[in-house]
Amino acid sequence: MPELRHRTPRRAGTPPTARVRGARTRAVVRAAVLLAALGSALGATGCGKEGSPPARGPQPGKLPRYTVDTGFALPGSPTWQRAKKRGRLTIGVKEDQPGMGEMNPATGVYSGFDVEIANMVAASLGFDPDKDVTYKAIASANRETALQNGQIDYYVGTYTINDGRKKLVGFAGPYYIAGQKLLVRADEEGLRGPQDMAGRKICSAVGSTPLQRIEADHPEAVSVAYDSYAICVDNLLNNQVDAVTTDDTILLGYAAKDPEKLRVVGKAFSEEPYGIGVPREDTELAQALDTAITAHEKNGDWKRAYDVTLGLSGVPAPPPPRIDRSLTS
Amino acid sequence: MNVLTQNFQLYGDGFLGTLRLTVYSSLLALALGVVMAGFRVAPVGALRGVGTAWVAVLRNTPLTLLFFAMLLGLPRFGVALPFELFAVLALGCYTSSFICEAVRSGINTVPLGQGEAARSLGMTFGQTLGTVVLPQAFRTVIAPVGSTLIALCKNSAIAGSFSVTELLSTYKTLNENGYSVLWSFVWIALGYLILTLAISALFHFMERRWGAAR
Amino acid sequence: MTARRSPQARSSAPPAASALYDVPGPRTRIRHFCYGVLTVLALAALLGWVVDLLVGTGQFSAVKWRPFSYVGIQELLLRGLGNTLKAFAMAAVLALALGAVLAAGRLSDHRPVRWVSTVLVEFFRAMPVLVMIFFIFVALQVQPLPALVAGLTLYNGSVLAEVFRSGVRSVDRGQREAAYALGLRKTQVMTHVLVPQAVRAMLPTIISQLVVALKDTSLGFLITYEEFLHAGRLIAINMDYTMPFIPIVLVISAIYIGLCMLLSWFATWVSRRERRSVKAGRSGAVRVAPAEAGSAMPGGSGIR
Repeated sequence: MPELRHRTPRRAGTPPTARVRGARTRAVVRAAVLLAALGSALGATGCGKEGSPPARGPQPGKLPRYTVDTGFALPGSPTWQRAKKRGRLTIGVKEDQPGMGEMNPATGVYSGFDVEIANMVAASLGFDPDKDVTYKAIASANRETALQNGQIDYYVGTYTINDGRKKLVGFAGPYYIAGQKLLVRADEEGLRGPQDMAGRKICSAVGSTPLQRIEADHPEAVSVAYDSYAICVDNLLNNQVDAVTTDDTILLGYAAKDPEKLRVVGKAFSEEPYGIGVPREDTELAQALDTAITAHEKNGDWKRAYDVTLGLSGVPAPPPPRIDRSLTS
Repeated sequence: MNVLTQNFQLYGDGFLGTLRLTVYSSLLALALGVVMAGFRVAPVGALRGVGTAWVAVLRNTPLTLLFFAMLLGLPRFGVALPFELFAVLALGCYTSSFICEAVRSGINTVPLGQGEAARSLGMTFGQTLGTVVLPQAFRTVIAPVGSTLIALCKNSAIAGSFSVTELLSTYKTLNENGYSVLWSFVWIALGYLILTLAISALFHFMERRWGAAR
Repeated sequence: MTARRSPQARSSAPPAASALYDVPGPRTRIRHFCYGVLTVLALAALLGWVVDLLVGTGQFSAVKWRPFSYVGIQELLLRGLGNTLKAFAMAAVLALALGAVLAAGRLSDHRPVRWVSTVLVEFFRAMPVLVMIFFIFVALQVQPLPALVAGLTLYNGSVLAEVFRSGVRSVDRGQREAAYALGLRKTQVMTHVLVPQAVRAMLPTIISQLVVALKDTSLGFLITYEEFLHAGRLIAINMDYTMPFIPIVLVISAIYIGLCMLLSWFATWVSRRERRSVKAGRSGAVRVAPAEAGSAMPGGSGIR
């Protein structure tokens, strides 16, 4: 009460500017309180569990370790030279493809068959995968740009070798021949390959080559397009579509997360040779990578890498493909 | 130059894609925007609330977020629309909030006596709004609606990143086919200029024809 | 409507007084009440249907929300949000600077300077901001963050230049004349007399344009800048987390829209305060073209 009495006369007496200033002070206080509330709300979320949610599906055993070739030198490759001077190799990978290249959102750790391939050839180039390698997630649309402007030294991520891309980047490999297949629910009986797709809902990523192939070659199937394969798989598990189709590698990656419920079926109805993308002029690097891939295929690293990643789906490793030397000549 | 002549088909498809997106989303945005503006001046509190919330939320939503939410969220309900339709929905809803505000401020410029005269003739709220106030408001909202639709045309470029055929996304194919990136962007830019200038001219014409004298 | 008669009526906007309908009588009031109830019921039905769909597909099951309880996930989201805000802060500061430079150019006495800045402003305003971002990212081969910031700066800077210019133009002629009469030089008149008044009057519009910049930082998602949406997508499509699409969309939207609303609300608050102080009377405030807050739309100022 006394406060109120005190305030009223002062207000009447003060010049308008002071009144504005008073209002401003109050507003600043109000804003500060608001900010503090926001801050504490953010702070409140700061308490949580360490680590990451348990990964689904069968867990891989010990990941293979690759012998680092410390004496390796490749003076003719500008990319390798730059990496050596930096002391680190920057490898472009995928971050959203389970089984091939996936980043654990909670821990930031990359895993998958592509990542293992990237690691084994890094070891051959003289970089320790545990210490001297930085992964950089590069989306499919930006792979060429990333290689052209030197964001990454090489790229390993479901990268199909084709003529269009050969004009923009160089390739080593192939290190795997993928093919378009179907992912179905494990209890699915009537859908075993492309011949059974009539009237069934087949899902793929919008604008992707597998989707175009289904639409062109199998008009009897009902094609459904979503923004990413993950949405397709989610809809498959919820019975909204009957199959997901794309490269078997990607499908095996999903199947490995839930082999009880998901299964890859059919014969491949396309051939997708996966290569390691390198800067276009750097044939020396591509040749060195070819040599490295061959060596790791021979000493069993390649198969071990498959077994701890895509192999978890229950599908055994195929024989590794033959390196295409014409790519680097 | 030869980027254009050798890929005329591709550019044409992209251009028509952007044109289609712009036209369809404009129609949706105009329809929704006028309805929401009607809600915002309605005598029923709940309707006003709907209109206000619609505008407040959508005007503060990044368009990319709207695309993101639709493309990730709607499939969960088993909705599998063509992507162009997703894009039209997102663009149309987003732009409708700006149309709504333009129309509402247009309503505010109609002289008070007009509404009073209409009411004295015994017109209901709907009749007053529909036959007296909105037609007059239309004259003053031509210019702001025009600039909103120009913005819509420019915003439609976002759809290209979500796999809809439109002008900006043509650069990807051209890049893959090894054409000069610089020139492909010059022609893309020109395509957008043609569209925005056309909308601008159209609304200029409408303004001259029906616009309120100021 | 009544706002044109008495300014007070606008803020409170009583439904009782409008040119579009009479003060409702008892019967009308009941009718309106019924309409209101119907609207609420329709909304409730819609909401119920959506919630039912969400519950039916298990979107509120604990397992879908569990990822949020992990420190790593929270950090990932906060890092994404931080990157979004970083891009916004950089773009806002640079756009204000560029806007000031271009506005000065357009107000310059030297014809070539004026001409060049006019062309720049008109060009960058006419181009879709995403085309510029992609051009910088793809053709100039720039990293995502600088490409995003550069695109936002060019576009918003040009729009802000027009805002500044019209602000300076709308300052009362007498102010400029009085300043010259006092013997101030051209630059002094600009920096000491015109700009402070213009900025003050245009503050709501400036903030509204910054809301546009904040919204447009989400375009970084499209050029793979690791911002807020990118972080959300990573969690949403992860199979280990049972692909929590809906929870992610809900959380991300709430935070993003909330931030933009906060800034918009700030713009409205500033403009209301501005109007109030103008009304309260000659307490130093200038009567300049009233700036309606929050009316800015990305690219909305293009018509000529």
